[in-house]
Amino acid sequence: MTIQNTKVSIAGVELKNPVMTASGTFGSGMEYGEYVDLSRLGAVVTKGVANVPWPGNPTPRVAEVRGGMMNAIGLQNPGIETFCSRDLPFLAGFDTAVVVNVCGRTTEDYVEVVERLADEETVDLLEINISCPNVKCGGISFGQNPDSVEAITREIKKHAKQPVIMKLSPNVTDITELARAAEGGGADALSMINTLTGMKIDVNRRTFALANRTGGVSGPAIHPVAVRMVYQSAQAVKIPIIGMGGITCAEDALELILAGATAVAVGTANFRNPGTVIDVIEGIEDYMCRQKVEDIRTLIGAVR
Amino acid sequence: MEKSILRAVVLSQETIANQIYSMWLQADSIAAAARPGQFVSVYCNDSGRMLPRPISICETDKERGRIRLVYRVAGKGTAEFAGYQKMDTLELLGPLGNGFPLDCCPAGRTAFLIGGGIGIPPMVELSKRLDGHVQVIAGYRDELFLTDELAANGDLYLSVESGELFRSLSGGIEADEPLTGEMAADHPEGSRILAAKRGITHGNVLDCIRENQLQADVIFACGPTPMLRAVKAYALETGTECYLSLEQRMACGIGACLACVCESKEVDAHSQVRNKRICKEGPVFAAEEVVL
Repeated sequence: MTIQNTKVSIAGVELKNPVMTASGTFGSGMEYGEYVDLSRLGAVVTKGVANVPWPGNPTPRVAEVRGGMMNAIGLQNPGIETFCSRDLPFLAGFDTAVVVNVCGRTTEDYVEVVERLADEETVDLLEINISCPNVKCGGISFGQNPDSVEAITREIKKHAKQPVIMKLSPNVTDITELARAAEGGGADALSMINTLTGMKIDVNRRTFALANRTGGVSGPAIHPVAVRMVYQSAQAVKIPIIGMGGITCAEDALELILAGATAVAVGTANFRNPGTVIDVIEGIEDYMCRQKVEDIRTLIGAVR
Repeated sequence: MEKSILRAVVLSQETIANQIYSMWLQADSIAAAARPGQFVSVYCNDSGRMLPRPISICETDKERGRIRLVYRVAGKGTAEFAGYQKMDTLELLGPLGNGFPLDCCPAGRTAFLIGGGIGIPPMVELSKRLDGHVQVIAGYRDELFLTDELAANGDLYLSVESGELFRSLSGGIEADEPLTGEMAADHPEGSRILAAKRGITHGNVLDCIRENQLQADVIFACGPTPMLRAVKAYALETGTECYLSLEQRMACGIGACLACVCESKEVDAHSQVRNKRICKEGPVFAAEEVVL
């Protein structure tokens, strides 16, 4: 076996491998830490954190759909102070990059969190959630219009000390417009895709499966959408892209990398097996051996 | 060493009531660690169904490394489980959550173990593991199950919703006639039940407690939310210590995704809002901790 390089870099932050966890599926790693060695991950991406605690949506908050699931958690989070005093010190104990996902209702909310994190050395990257479909204010309302994406990106960049990843929504007509808008606003990287808005109806109870009525669809069912959007965006912007959407195995991750993603994130599949992230990392290494790939960076965007 | 999913072997599978199945599994590590009231995440072999089904542990056989799951077929996932035969395998994660606090019922104290419908199964293991006096109040709609197991470790009282089931259990006595368990003595259909000095009530679990004039120092309950709400109200009214096992749709099962929350009376230390994770802080809560 030749010595392989699996390291990639996002806005100057080196990751030991390109595999991260998708925000919202992994908490801050504390619970999954009992099942996987967090130090093996390229990065832990935390659940979205806001300036104050958010209670989230009523239950039921999740439902299964064929090949995936729907959720409408509503960005429940303990607020930035608890996050900084409890979750960040925990994450500091592992040899992995830390990406903090930031959510808010207003631009000021996002800025407050970003400023609070500025001096936290544990935080390597910020991921700005402007694409959550399950909250009434903030979230996706920022993410569907190129002008507002550019404006909020610019504002956050003014205050952020760490590099900024803008997380984009697939619930748009042309993802490349939003990708360009974020790049134009100064984003250091993009992550895509957040969940696709969907609805499930319980025919026995004749009502909505989710209390929120609509929810975000994730899982293997949306993977081809993610591959397409990463591919299109990679042609449209120069900044790195973190690809996510329905990854369950190394092959799924490699598709996104070949389509143009510098790194990938595993989300819903963690629920099927807490060890999935490790399987994906090992599967990528096996693939590189089999295909005699010495440097993973040669795979990024190799399919054009 | 990290914890991981276990592939368990099906040892037996049987239907014990309409749509209610009982499955014994060889699952050594889970059997060794399990406490009454904990649950396992059961994964579908069909890869199109990604979310685990949380199922309470009905019984454990620690010596032989086995666990028993009694579950209701409620959808396609549980229908898949019901199709498993001896020697088939399935993936499990667990035991998960916190069980019932056994030390609340030491010798000398009396407990109600109140189970409603598919909330009955965890009461089997609980009934075996309490040192105090066990009184099981099991609420059924129209068909009994697990009565032998429940009667083996305590006094069993049955409350049945169906007038027809009541009539057949009580030997033809109409549901609207007042009846206590002792009166069933004359009726052969009821004799099996009477043997364990059981009472039969037409109504809900609280009707059963009142009709039999039962009392307890501590209550453990699992069942549908309206039942739990009524049990909580009864506990408050009588000043009885009370623990409730809650249920909600789950995704991760380990406390990360925040899908299965319930409302808590006070701000929760983990969430910093009035929300607790049923899979992690629960599924068993002190009644006064949660808002139903």
